[in-house]
Amino acid sequence: MFVPSPQCSPSFRAFTLVMPAVAVGNVGQLAVDLIVSTLNMRRVGFLHTDCLIPMAGNNPYSSDKEDADELHTNAEVYTAEDLKLAVLQIRAPVIQAKSKKFCQLLVSWIKSCGFSRTVVLSSSHAYHRDDQQLRSSPLRYLVTPSMLKLSKDALEELGWSEMERVSAFPGLTEANAEPRLYIPGGGITKGLYTDSCAEDIPLAVLLLFCSEGDNVPDAFALVDHLNSWLHLLDSPGLEATKWKSPPSWSLLFGSGIPPALF
Amino acid sequence: MATFFGEVLSVYSRAVEEDEEDLDENEEDREIRRELEEKREVCLQWNTEVSECLSSGNKLQCSEFILAVGHNATRFVSKYVVSSDNWDTVGHASLWNERNQVIAGQSREESACVFYRQKDNPSVLVCQVNCYIAEDQLFQWTEKVFACIQPRGLSVTVLSDSSVADYQTSDYLSSSSAPFLRSLHTSAFIGQPVCPSLEQPNIVTGLSAAVLNHCQVHHISTVVYQCYSDVIGPDSVTMETYKSAFTKLGETIKLSPNADVYKFITTTDIQSNLYI
Repeated sequence: MFVPSPQCSPSFRAFTLVMPAVAVGNVGQLAVDLIVSTLNMRRVGFLHTDCLIPMAGNNPYSSDKEDADELHTNAEVYTAEDLKLAVLQIRAPVIQAKSKKFCQLLVSWIKSCGFSRTVVLSSSHAYHRDDQQLRSSPLRYLVTPSMLKLSKDALEELGWSEMERVSAFPGLTEANAEPRLYIPGGGITKGLYTDSCAEDIPLAVLLLFCSEGDNVPDAFALVDHLNSWLHLLDSPGLEATKWKSPPSWSLLFGSGIPPALF
Repeated sequence: MATFFGEVLSVYSRAVEEDEEDLDENEEDREIRRELEEKREVCLQWNTEVSECLSSGNKLQCSEFILAVGHNATRFVSKYVVSSDNWDTVGHASLWNERNQVIAGQSREESACVFYRQKDNPSVLVCQVNCYIAEDQLFQWTEKVFACIQPRGLSVTVLSDSSVADYQTSDYLSSSSAPFLRSLHTSAFIGQPVCPSLEQPNIVTGLSAAVLNHCQVHHISTVVYQCYSDVIGPDSVTMETYKSAFTKLGETIKLSPNADVYKFITTTDIQSNLYI
């Protein structure tokens, strides 16, 4: 359920929605953090749902002491009006038994808001790649038929590689068996993609093969990849800007070390 | 995943649990799921007076709602707050999950969440959360409990425990710094919390987070006081830290001055014999 912030009645008509799928290495979520923090986006509402594990914290993007004490929750929507961009940040894992429900909730919300297109940032286990995938770039995309109609030329120009469909059990099933979409470690990515295909929603998935660890470089790679399509940083006044990591990324590897150690 | 030396390790992901969910779900699977869900329902039981009030379409009139979550917070509340004769037990919230079994010697109610109401001032409600609430039950618990309470004029205070190991700071924390309090509040909360605000990148999870999320979207004034302690079991020093959270509530809630905390502390049950 979308709940707008006080004194906010956002309209998302003709906006582009960027959202992460909670997936391996949390790459999508980190990439979305970079977008919100760099473009200084405004929070316009919350996604209040029982499908996500509850969490709360103070402002992860605070730049000074004044806005540091602002409560932030597990799923929030941010906008940049001038770019016609909306971003959904998801900060907690999806409760496993409710992932289907969560996909349905997202699809119906996306439909009701009238977003012109939706881009899902996701990732998949690097160790599941086949020989051919190992040899090429780690970035892939997927588009729904209605998105293909919208952005066919742009995608051709970018020359990106589409996520390969693989046979379910190579060597065991017949060679002519229908290949299927397989996104291990991608969380709700596949569900959201298939639901969007069925509902005729213009949706694209950008994903990156990665492993768990320090996934900050992966987030930069994915957000740069997205920017080569949406040109978020090319708008006037932002040309020379580089992605800005939010203050909440500090202490990724734990607290300070005891001074007595030295 | 293979390491440099060729050992094969099973890979654990922080973000996702299973690779692929089986998409073919038959009627039997659905039935099992449904039954499991029913078993995990949160049940609220109120005393006759409150249930009559609720069944007639009214809600509990409440100005202060205090929730205590965790060993220290619940024991602080039972020792310093609800120990006097001035409190009535008005209800229970019971639930089932894997970690929430009824401990021998305790009634079902004792191992649930207990609601107390002040006799002189029935608009003060205290909830002592004595059980573990699983991640998938937190949202439901919060929705059900808050559905019974009139949100207008409501002010919520949550006392919660946490381990100092979960607290991240760039300065090194010496052992003398714990226990300490940190606060988080919704945007509807007016005033100054009694302790510093929880610094990023620290977060709260569990019931305090569920209550904060609910109150933030429903514009209810709420503050969470999270106590970071370096002792695993309940201890008197940690409990003392919650006293400061009551300085603002001093007029509505009187703390028992001579609470004998020491008598109350029992050795915690040893869960594993690994570190005896």
